[in-house]
Amino acid sequence: MERTVSGRAVVPGEATGIVLRSRRTISLWGGVDPETGRIIDPRHDRCGASLAGRVFVYPGEKGSSTGSAVLLELARRRLAPAALVTGSLAPVATLGSIVAEELYGVAVPVVLVARDDLDLLKDGDYVCVGPDGIVRHG
Amino acid sequence: MSVHLNDLDRSMRDGDLGEATRFAMSVVVRTAGAVEASDLISVEQAHVDACALMSESNLEFVRRLVEQGGRVRVPTTLNMVSLDLEHWEELGVPREFADRATRIAKSYRELGCVPTWTCAPYQGYLSPRFGQQIAWGESNAVVYANSVLGARTNRYPDFLDVCAAITGRVPNAGLHRTENRRGELVVRVPETSKASWSSPSAWAVLGHAIGELAGERIPVIVGLPRPAMGEQLKALGAAAASSGSVEMFHAVGITPEAPDLETALHGAKDAEELDLTREMLAGTWDRMSSAAEGEKLDAVILGCPHFSYAEFEALAAEISALGPGRVRPDVQFLVLSDSPSLALASRGGLIEGIREFGATIALDTCPFHSPIVTERASAVMTNSGKCAYYAPAELGASVALGTMRDCVRSAVTGVVTREETPWNGP
Repeated sequence: MERTVSGRAVVPGEATGIVLRSRRTISLWGGVDPETGRIIDPRHDRCGASLAGRVFVYPGEKGSSTGSAVLLELARRRLAPAALVTGSLAPVATLGSIVAEELYGVAVPVVLVARDDLDLLKDGDYVCVGPDGIVRHG
Repeated sequence: MSVHLNDLDRSMRDGDLGEATRFAMSVVVRTAGAVEASDLISVEQAHVDACALMSESNLEFVRRLVEQGGRVRVPTTLNMVSLDLEHWEELGVPREFADRATRIAKSYRELGCVPTWTCAPYQGYLSPRFGQQIAWGESNAVVYANSVLGARTNRYPDFLDVCAAITGRVPNAGLHRTENRRGELVVRVPETSKASWSSPSAWAVLGHAIGELAGERIPVIVGLPRPAMGEQLKALGAAAASSGSVEMFHAVGITPEAPDLETALHGAKDAEELDLTREMLAGTWDRMSSAAEGEKLDAVILGCPHFSYAEFEALAAEISALGPGRVRPDVQFLVLSDSPSLALASRGGLIEGIREFGATIALDTCPFHSPIVTERASAVMTNSGKCAYYAPAELGASVALGTMRDCVRSAVTGVVTREETPWNGP
């Protein structure tokens, strides 16, 4: 049976990609290199992994308000994640996504899901994100 | 759910006030939808952080607004830029980097922003009033404005701050609304001797611990010594906004919306309570450093957030207490500040001794956004919780958190040495 996770499409859009699952909140600025998309915060559980093209599944954000500028630069370099699935509202990433679409036409859908549902999305899963906020496996 | 817009909002969105305003309003309205706000409210001032990151997309974003005739509608201050606008050459910033960073800076002035270039806008021009609705970026400024000044802002991400400044409108959500300013987690600090609290580093450690515990919740801190200095609350807030997502805290008997615990909790009886112990804070103090005692020191970074007059005064006092010692030639001693604070410190006769000691003072910028920290730095020392938090990723260096006194002394010996440990001591 197809497993799905239903969330709210905070920034609606469609995307497919492989899940990069993190259990820790992140500050995109100071946490991700805007030139490569790699996670650089040594405290982060996925330090060294790249966000580029991945469906990044994480509990939420913290720290700097400059994170939106990091996401915009990744979009300009075509290194943005395919989509963001968060367990709590992520205003900084959300704003970066909205501006990336307005300025570069790069869509990075943002879906908010219940925190417990994050565990239904495993690292390495291939998923499709729908404009309705539903994340489907397969 | 659609967002209710008034006539002016609609005409901005429809492009009647020009393309830049249309773009900005479109971002504001989409954000309002994302956070499920019912309508927009007006803000009376803004602080723009979007000028901070030196990237091609940042330049393209602001150039587009300038070329489309964009202009801020409310008084707007500016966060740091990625270079000291006057002294970048002496600080070793490459010309090509400086040219692009200067174009970003110039573009924000063209939008009508005030060239404050500081991450500590609360210590200078246009300090917001109690209860005032504002749109600020820069996490440490946001927590200070909400908590210490009682102004109302969310943590505006880069670009939304600019769009708020251009439209004067923001989603009616989050900390703009009274009911969302309720304390949610009571944190009791341990009773301790007054001496432990004298250093802002002690407050930074507390802030770091609270940021980790509170996450996105609004903590109510009980048991802080009074009176609390602005510099101490600044250190606490900056650290809490780095290790966690704290946008506001209450400190009972200190911050304006917390005359007592009940008021800070808006009368709620069921808030989670937590006792911080000295042992927990001593553990936090240890975890905030990755450089070992006795490690060779390459750079000291003070002024994160930007040094105030009082901090220049404290530094000058530490230097004169030291006697004849100077910064070792192979150690870089950086002090970051803003132009009003430096001007005051100069008039106060504080700067000469600081420069003679061997410190470099940089204005307008941040060691994580400007290539001013020596590239060979493998160990840096700071008295700032925020700097200690970001230095490992941003500078690729190990970091030692220490009091200002120990930063000064270690710069002289060239070796990380901490005699003062605010939470381990007696």
